[in-house]
Amino acid sequence: MKIAVCVKEVPDPTAEKRIDPDTKRLVRSGENTLNRYDRHAIEEAVRLREGAAPGAEIAVVLVAPASASRTVDKALAQGGDRSVHLADDGLSGSDIVATSRALAAVLARDSYDLIVFGQQGSDAECYVMASAVAERLARPCVTQVAALALDGSSLKVKRQVETGYETLEVSLPAVISVSDAINEPRYPSLPAIMGAKRKPHEVLSLADVGLAAGDVGVDGSRTHVSALSKPPTRGDSVKLEDDGTAAEKILAFLVERKVVA
Amino acid sequence: MSRSSTTTRPINPHDYLEIDTLLDDEERLVRDTVRQWVRDRVLPEIGHWFEEGYLPMELAPELGKLGLLGMHLEGYGCPGASAVAYGLTCLELEAGDSGLRSLVSVQGSLAMFAIHNWGSEEQRQRWLPRMAAGEALGCFGLTEPDAGSDPGAMRTRARRDGDDWVINGTKMWITNGSVADVAVVWAQTDDGIRGFLVEKGAKGFTTPDIKHKISLRASITSELVLEDVRVPADAMFPDVRGLRGPLSCLNEARYGIVWGAVGAGRACYESALEYAKTRIAFGKPIGGTQIQQQKLAEMALEVNRGMLVALQIGRLKDAGTVRPEHVSMGKFGNVRGALEIARSARTVLGGNGITLEYPVIRHMNNLESVYTYEGTHDVHALVIGGAVTGIQAFR
Ligand SMILES: Cc1cc2nc3c(=O)[nH]c(=O)nc-3n(C[C@H](O)[C@H](O)[C@H](O)COP(=O)(O)OP(=O)(O)OC[C@H]3O[C@@H](n4cnc5c(N)ncnc54)[C@H](O)[C@@H]3O)c2cc1C
Repeated sequence: MKIAVCVKEVPDPTAEKRIDPDTKRLVRSGENTLNRYDRHAIEEAVRLREGAAPGAEIAVVLVAPASASRTVDKALAQGGDRSVHLADDGLSGSDIVATSRALAAVLARDSYDLIVFGQQGSDAECYVMASAVAERLARPCVTQVAALALDGSSLKVKRQVETGYETLEVSLPAVISVSDAINEPRYPSLPAIMGAKRKPHEVLSLADVGLAAGDVGVDGSRTHVSALSKPPTRGDSVKLEDDGTAAEKILAFLVERKVVA
Repeated sequence: MSRSSTTTRPINPHDYLEIDTLLDDEERLVRDTVRQWVRDRVLPEIGHWFEEGYLPMELAPELGKLGLLGMHLEGYGCPGASAVAYGLTCLELEAGDSGLRSLVSVQGSLAMFAIHNWGSEEQRQRWLPRMAAGEALGCFGLTEPDAGSDPGAMRTRARRDGDDWVINGTKMWITNGSVADVAVVWAQTDDGIRGFLVEKGAKGFTTPDIKHKISLRASITSELVLEDVRVPADAMFPDVRGLRGPLSCLNEARYGIVWGAVGAGRACYESALEYAKTRIAFGKPIGGTQIQQQKLAEMALEVNRGMLVALQIGRLKDAGTVRPEHVSMGKFGNVRGALEIARSARTVLGGNGITLEYPVIRHMNNLESVYTYEGTHDVHALVIGGAVTGIQAFR
């Protein structure tokens, strides 16, 4: 079984997010790290590999600047067997349309039985990359997978929806995104961390995957950010300092709005 | 994706001197992983453990799974990490609590190192893989009620009886004593000081815990009482004689403290920084007053200075050129620095500084132990003094 896990490098979530007013893009020059949602995707792939016939393999696939080596190592320490890293200056400024094109081009070079995504990126919070890539690869896609089991050449999945769970069966090859409730990712062990650099790393350019500069980056994107503004502050909020009466005040507030009787 | 063309970065209060740039990817990944584990598994509970005076031993197999027990040793299930990676691990563990770092130091640098370095092949095979996995714990018995800084004055004695050895004596202040499956016990013999492996449950061997500690409460400290404890000949370390044996181990553990202290100091600094920025007095954050800023500046300096000292000693150790006198300087400076940070941070937090809701007073109290064990602060001053003058003052 060949599994690809698509991972993203994101700004360190513990640092404050900043938007560059000139480029209107998220500032990514600070500390970057592996998108935490992708750890669940890697963990699920590792569990599938553990239960699969020998020879199963996990490729970590990412589109990121060349400087993302620590993110790659982290993903490999988490359980990937090799990395495929599309790193090209021309990718800078890619939106979902352009990035999904790039990812699909990387993924199309290999015959993966399953392509796994995390549910969202912790930076842009778009939730749609799995669907976009599946569309480009013409593969079935299930998002927000909360449980899965391999059954021959298909996958039985439980999908989290607003009203409960859907149980679906999807034939492989397929694309899925997993919810962050699907598992508790393990901590990478020290030997795994020390072994990450020794695993095969493939670094590709746009030309290697048959893309031209205009296919990606700003030119290959379909969205353009024209302005950014902070969400309006909510006028009806009340801030309480607890002097011992806060509970009563909260209750009165809720009763007044008929939230509780 | 975007690229930035700036050449300088804004000051990061959590890495003021950009010391991260001196670490390689693997070192940073080890550091990040341990930091995350401590954040998830230790920080939510540690105040409670400290108050109750224990450390859950379920942590040991978890640490084993992470590969952190005996991590700088090679073979027998140990990963053979670099000294710097080991140091960073100690730093992050001690940013959680000195008791947690003590558990790992005693296991890896005292007990496992002793067996790895001085044990017979059988002793290594028997103990190291299980100890690396956290399935067996070790302790290290050198100090006695009347022999601390001067271990050569120890009274514990092993006497030959046929093929066996019979050990009598009392060890004091032994970390992990009552939870250890195996104790490394140093004892006088007719042939000088020798090391023995004494197993839990041996007849005549008891390990009463030391109660009423106000420091290092999330760590078990025990006496080892040996009354006619009989061990077979092959329980002795075969080749090492004299203080060289125990001192070689202490030098390993002290090295971890050089880093660990920076972690405790950093935790206090970060707590004080956060508090100073958000605590309002007289209508503005106390962090906007000159006195508190002076304190924070001193703390930031001490954290960064300690980190650079630790890193340099770590690089020397990885190059194989470190000397015990280097490690002494690191312990001397970094533990004092951490204690100063902790005391100062305590004042920034005002009344909140005396509760276990915040980590500061816990670290402050812990650091009093760290100041004293593994060679007291004074003794390390004497080592440095001896090294620079060529005159030994304490022997
Ligand atoms: C929490 C804790 C855990 C410990 N864990 C362990 C352990 O696992 N294994 C172990 O073997 N030991 C352990 N120890 C013991 C520790 O290493 C000793 O406490 C330490 O070596 C100091 O010995 P002492 O307490 O006998 O003090 P002493 O040696 O009696 O020192 C008392 C004072 O005299 C000073 N002094 C001593 N000699 C001189 C000199 N020549 N010149 C000037 N001043 C001097 C010291 O600096 C100190 O200020 C632990 C201690 C503590 C507190």
